[in-house]
Amino acid sequence: MKNTPFTQKHIALGAKMAEFAGYNMPISYSGINDEHAAVRTNAGVFDVSHMGEFILKGENALDLIQRVTSNDASKLTAGKAQYSCLPNEQGGIVDDLLIYCIEENKVYMLVVNASNIEKDWNWISKFNTKNVEMHNISDKTCLLAIQGPNATKMLQPLTDIDILNLKYYTFAKGKFAGVDNVLISATGYTGAGGVEIYFEDKEGNAEKIWDAIFNLGGPQGLKPIGLGARDTLRLEMGFCLYGNDIDDTTSPLEAGLGWITKFTKEFTARPILEKQKAAGVARKLVGFEMVDKGIPRHHYDIKDAAGNKIGFVTSGTQAPSLQKAIGMGYVEVKHAALDTEIYIGVRDKLLKARVVKFPFV
Amino acid sequence: MNFPDNLRYTKDHEWIKLEGNIATIGITDFAQRELGDIVYVEIETVGKTLMAEAVFGTVEAVKTVSDLYLPVAGTINEVNPALADSPEVVNTDPYGEGWMVKMTVNNPDEVKALMDAAAYTNLVGA
Repeated sequence: MKNTPFTQKHIALGAKMAEFAGYNMPISYSGINDEHAAVRTNAGVFDVSHMGEFILKGENALDLIQRVTSNDASKLTAGKAQYSCLPNEQGGIVDDLLIYCIEENKVYMLVVNASNIEKDWNWISKFNTKNVEMHNISDKTCLLAIQGPNATKMLQPLTDIDILNLKYYTFAKGKFAGVDNVLISATGYTGAGGVEIYFEDKEGNAEKIWDAIFNLGGPQGLKPIGLGARDTLRLEMGFCLYGNDIDDTTSPLEAGLGWITKFTKEFTARPILEKQKAAGVARKLVGFEMVDKGIPRHHYDIKDAAGNKIGFVTSGTQAPSLQKAIGMGYVEVKHAALDTEIYIGVRDKLLKARVVKFPFV
Repeated sequence: MNFPDNLRYTKDHEWIKLEGNIATIGITDFAQRELGDIVYVEIETVGKTLMAEAVFGTVEAVKTVSDLYLPVAGTINEVNPALADSPEVVNTDPYGEGWMVKMTVNNPDEVKALMDAAAYTNLVGA
């Protein structure tokens, strides 16, 4: 099992630790509900250094990115980031990712899921026929997400970059807490606002930045947050989690990711996806909330009132902000309309649920 | 972690307190910590006579769901009514307010054969 540069900090703070994507990661500290509330109402820090980062460089870097991803990266100018996915040749999803334009037409950073680092690297390399320079900087890159309505206000004294006014999905590079070359990005996986900061793991940077953030934020109620609350926070927003809601067998159109699937350019499986769009998808990822008492979980069946299977649950939880149980899942399109009653097979019972719109909060 | 001396324990992390042939059952401090925030306790076995180690209900935490196993054979008489609206009492007071069921045990000697606090402490490495 690998450690992040912050693993000892998590253990010293008494976090409940578990293996995730080969890393020893904090699942929770003070409890999922408490951490979740801290992020929704104030601010919290997530160590997500397990995520993967690739640098793609050279005059053909953009061409490669355009061919392997579904969104249109030619729209990116320096300092902008974009959510995208890597379609496979059947129209499924190899991974979802963020693309950062460091230098237009020259240098890009791809941020991928920890569990898919090797898979993505091999996948992109397979299409790298024009000698784009590729670097896997995952092991030496630290990533902290500081999320919540008060996150940027708390961090502003640590940097000259105007993070209070950093627009959503833009970023800047500069000095942060005395460390040079920190990339600060107005992105996140919580819907609560805040930033994500990337920096190199060298010369004690990790400890320096962690300590600076908590010395400043601690007295203002800033809390460390584990992967448990990261999941409940993203689920309340209806954000997809790779391996749950999207995978090699689900298409971006089925997953509601049509907005990152641009047919204005060539990319893997474009003809398949274009055809699917024209014909209409057979199933769709929907959000639902439980009407009957019970909690939906990954892989539970979704049924109609007569008990026929119409789909399956991909994610589910008790939503801490809502005090009710919510879930996401694929259902046949005729059951996907808002307010449709569906039934979740929870152990030996069928519990009523209702299709609702994203986000849940 | 706290494992009171007057209780007996199972490897499935339930505790049992015997008074005559009536026992009160819940989950241990270790179990509630492992589960995290408990949001729903489902027990629909009142009136049923079950074997030792039978599933008598389930407990849902934010992230996980876990079955509840009966420590000894007997009949479930009552579910803690407080759990319906305040399942979090299992986290805050697992041996008190957070008890789960009361049952009539078939054979009180079965309870005495379960782990005492020292043996259970040893099991969970606390």
